[in-house]
Amino acid sequence: MTGKDAAIREEDLQAYVDGRASGDRLVEIEAYLAQHPEERERVALERRQRAALRGQLENKAAEPIPPRLWIANIQAARRRRWGWRLGAAAAALLLFAGGIGTGWMAANRMEMASGQPTPSTTAVAENASLAYRTFVVEVAHPVEVDAQHQAHLLQWLSRRLGKPLIAPDLTSFGYRLMGGRLLPSGSGAAAQLMYDDPTGKRLTVYVRAAEGSETAFRFQHEGETSTFAWIDRGFGFAVTGALQREELLPIAEAVYHGLSGDSPAVKKD
Amino acid sequence: MADLAALLEPHIPALRRYAYALLRNHEQADDLVQDTLERALSRWSLRRSEGDLRAWLFTIQRNLHVSRWRQDRRRGMPVEMDEAVLPGVPARQETTLEVHDVLAALDQLPEEQKSLLLLVGVEDFSYDEAARILGMPIGTVMSRLSRARLRLRSIVETGRTTLLRRVK
Repeated sequence: MTGKDAAIREEDLQAYVDGRASGDRLVEIEAYLAQHPEERERVALERRQRAALRGQLENKAAEPIPPRLWIANIQAARRRRWGWRLGAAAAALLLFAGGIGTGWMAANRMEMASGQPTPSTTAVAENASLAYRTFVVEVAHPVEVDAQHQAHLLQWLSRRLGKPLIAPDLTSFGYRLMGGRLLPSGSGAAAQLMYDDPTGKRLTVYVRAAEGSETAFRFQHEGETSTFAWIDRGFGFAVTGALQREELLPIAEAVYHGLSGDSPAVKKD
Repeated sequence: MADLAALLEPHIPALRRYAYALLRNHEQADDLVQDTLERALSRWSLRRSEGDLRAWLFTIQRNLHVSRWRQDRRRGMPVEMDEAVLPGVPARQETTLEVHDVLAALDQLPEEQKSLLLLVGVEDFSYDEAARILGMPIGTVMSRLSRARLRLRSIVETGRTTLLRRVK
């Protein structure tokens, strides 16, 4: 080591304060400090202050983590917020989907303003799919009202929808009603009924007001999610699940039979 | 999702300590940590896998603190004590305290110096890591650290911030 390298610089003293000097360098620093009492005193004070700061903050790090900082709680809160946002997004998507592809955006908007949306089965399918993706992942609150209060649930949703709603029986497919929730939908409300099977696989039945008489099933596939949607006498229906088309079709038909009359013809997309 | 908790939760005590040292208010400190964790979760997929998780979390928290501090300053809130203390008004420190309440003395440092002292001196980040967290050139860490400690000494030794105005 040359004399120049050996010269003790301020950064060596800082490393010494932090206890990060080691080996020969540490020996050299200590030798230097032994010969410079003023520096020695200063460095000692800085070390004491450093130790004091650590000591003052020691208890803070030893505190138990408060529940609001538990990762599980933060994740649950994020999902709830996200759910709200997607709920609003679903309403926005309905407005958008109602106009797109038809070229009736302006007319549609005016009808929206007068409270008469004209959504297609595609819009119903998209709303249902979005609502499915939002709430199917929900662990803490997948439904607002659970199946134990089925009478209340159906009464409540029926009143808000303006349509007597029944919960189709899907037990023959292995699906049991978990409950349901109310969702925003353009100028009105939408209802989502959620079912699950013994493995925890979930599917939803989605209902909202929809004009038109397009009673053919429309199939839509998005990611892992499949949806069958149809419109019947002023209401749009959709059955959504992480299932293949051929698995979901009999369920959709059962829902259709359960909710209205005969099964409509399947329309190819 | 359970492994996310297992990865993040070991760092929460230190994040709370750093937040508290910055804000000196338990509630606000936990607000900051909560914001940090929320941001970490929302940006989890953007995290470079090879990067150090602890340094990443501290970077987020420090950036959130600084942006909030800037917002507060725009609103005219006196958050930097060495600027808020009026000349001639004795500060809380006594000349005899020396090392007694370093945490209180720390409040009188600019945020960057305060963070540097905390990251290096309390959280045991390497000089390089501290530089990266604070977004400062690595070559300037040692001189800034030296300056921060000089200033801390001055505050504690004199117990007044007015001297610093002359020293600056």
